[in-house]
Amino acid sequence: MAAVATAPPARRGATKAGRTPQAGPSPQAGKGKNGALAWLVIPALVFFVGFAVLPLIGVLVLSFTNWDGIGAISPAGLANWFSIFSDPLMYNALWLTFVIMVVSWLVQTPISLLLGTFTAGSQKYRAVLAVLYFLPLLLSSAAIAIAYKALLDPNFGLAEGLRLPFLAQDWLGLPELALGVVIFVIAWQFVPFHTLIYQGGVRQIPKSLYEAAEIDGAGRVKQFFFITVPQLKYTIITSSTLMVVGSLTYFDLVFVLTGGGPGNSTRILALDMYLKGFKANLMGPASAVAVILVAIGLALALLLQRIGGKDNSGSQLEGL
Amino acid sequence: MEQNIASRRSFLSLAVVAPLAAWGLSACGTSGPGGAAGSGATMWSLTGQPNEGIRKNTIDAFNKANPDETIKLTFFQNDAYKTKIKTAIGAGQAPTIIYGWGGGTLKSYAEAGQVEDLTSWFEANPDVKARLFPSAFGAATVDGKIYAIPTQTVAPIIFFYNKELFAKANVQPPKTWADLMSLVKTFNGMGIAPISLGGQSRWTSMMWLEFMFDRVGGPEVFNDIFAGKANAWSNPAALEALTKIQELVSANGFIKGFSSITADSNADQALLYTGKAAMMLHGAWTYGGMKNDGGGFVQAGKLGWVDFPTVEGGKGDPKDTVGNPANYQSISAKASAAEKETAKKFFKDGLFTPAEIAAYISNGGVPIVTGIEGKLAATDDKDFLTYVYTQSKDAPNFQQSWDQALSPTAAEALLNNIDQLFVKSITPEQFASNMNATLGK
Repeated sequence: MAAVATAPPARRGATKAGRTPQAGPSPQAGKGKNGALAWLVIPALVFFVGFAVLPLIGVLVLSFTNWDGIGAISPAGLANWFSIFSDPLMYNALWLTFVIMVVSWLVQTPISLLLGTFTAGSQKYRAVLAVLYFLPLLLSSAAIAIAYKALLDPNFGLAEGLRLPFLAQDWLGLPELALGVVIFVIAWQFVPFHTLIYQGGVRQIPKSLYEAAEIDGAGRVKQFFFITVPQLKYTIITSSTLMVVGSLTYFDLVFVLTGGGPGNSTRILALDMYLKGFKANLMGPASAVAVILVAIGLALALLLQRIGGKDNSGSQLEGL
Repeated sequence: MEQNIASRRSFLSLAVVAPLAAWGLSACGTSGPGGAAGSGATMWSLTGQPNEGIRKNTIDAFNKANPDETIKLTFFQNDAYKTKIKTAIGAGQAPTIIYGWGGGTLKSYAEAGQVEDLTSWFEANPDVKARLFPSAFGAATVDGKIYAIPTQTVAPIIFFYNKELFAKANVQPPKTWADLMSLVKTFNGMGIAPISLGGQSRWTSMMWLEFMFDRVGGPEVFNDIFAGKANAWSNPAALEALTKIQELVSANGFIKGFSSITADSNADQALLYTGKAAMMLHGAWTYGGMKNDGGGFVQAGKLGWVDFPTVEGGKGDPKDTVGNPANYQSISAKASAAEKETAKKFFKDGLFTPAEIAAYISNGGVPIVTGIEGKLAATDDKDFLTYVYTQSKDAPNFQQSWDQALSPTAAEALLNNIDQLFVKSITPEQFASNMNATLGK
């Protein structure tokens, strides 16, 4: 499609600079090489099978058994699945996971997109600010959770230390507030990562597009919405996939920050699985929850890839 | 990607890579100090002073005296250990000596045949059993057989209060539940939190329930639950205790934000000794912590303690107490005969040596050996230690902590429901019906 030069829409007129669409080596030419390259997949494949596929099958099998993690494993048929689907805790966890997923996406995507676009600029001060923005990337989830827990402590925290009464909320102790705080801390931790992705994406966009837009009289805002955002389509899909699927596995942060409380108000699916399996010694039901997690994760990843179109390794740069 | 030609080079690379990958997998599988074969007995223990140091010295002394039968000691953090030991036992990788809290967890090990029956060994060594607190053996016994030796110190739950704040308010420590409720009003009026609580840890809130069940209905209420009698949680005494607890929550008895405070960080103790809260129900082990961290709070005599208040018309004896009667050490059934012999020798000769007893006492603990009144009375902390000693020894009923006594499955459900009860997202009736569903599990 890239070779079609007829009737290009006005805003991408500047891109049809007459280059040949296939600058790289043609697929046919690389065929023999690819055969040998395929073997290089083996190490990754071995690890993937060993650490992902085999445990996955194990979990599926365990979900049909009774096991306390210590004694003998006995078959349970569908009992665990019935107990899971009649457990209000599971529905609560499912709902909370969904809320965290959607709200996290809504909060993180615009911030990361704007910060990524901002830090992609070449000015020095932007580079300095970028370094500051990326600092949370260096911290582990547990460390972040412990730090926030200390800062938000109602009796010894930031509010008390700095005498800021408006901060003196019982942030993690009230069921209505705790979920919001969890979403905020997750965003604080992961926005830098997605900013980095967007920064890379923005830097890939050819300067010529912006130059042409400027000649056409488009301001910064218009350039952002009509060049940057459409050009970042696949970056957005990648980042969203990581965000959405990743939100299923937020565990460490919530575990340390609230432990699922107060009163189950932050007991998300991954945490529910852990508490069932390793605290309550119910490996069967915990495995069933794990299978549900995997199924949701796979479905979401596939859905997002589908939204992105089948051929998403193709260039978004028409004519470039 | 359709490639049919697998070149020789690619087979070569496979030959190199496959063993590497296999090594990577197996390396991950055997890391950790699991049941090392043939290298003598092993023991896992918990980090955290002063007990970490005491245990290390005890093992060092034993190894020195028995160079042919040494024990290798590894330390883990408390919460990490609880998960790790379960996983290790399930995988057949347990250490020779399994450290634990007895009760429901020990029962699950015993039923799975993972720990050695020590009944006959205790019969052959009656003096070992005779010098330990008899009350400590309850939680080590499953179906009349003893599966663990009680060790370390006794840890009843103590009702602490800040004497300075009580003097300032010109009030006396509570004798009854009504006293407590009026103290709540008094301290709230002064802008001081009545009671400190690390509610996020959940077992901290559980201690209030343990005492209230006893004070309202006597020990039978929990005994019925423990025995798995149908609807035991719906006992009217249980419902009354749960209702009273929620009344205390509603009256702002517990400090603001209690459900985001953890006991692991000792923030709950800090609230008491910094004067932000007037009372605290906590384990006897916090005495040592407050003495260390309180900046002279304990040394200046500002820390007070009393028996848990009685409830008007309640059945429980005011001398009844709750807590951890001891810690426990079992022997893994998977250990070799030689390792088991070493462990038994350690139980007989290595534990509660005069040096170890002295070390526990000097760190503010009461070791579970009889006839130490004289030694306790000779310390700086004699008031507290003597109180703990007599309370543990003379209690008509020493209820083991519920989360240890019950099976891990029931205990987790209990803690989850306690959390909901304290934030008032469920009623006492809902609590009872949720918990009735876990009876016998």
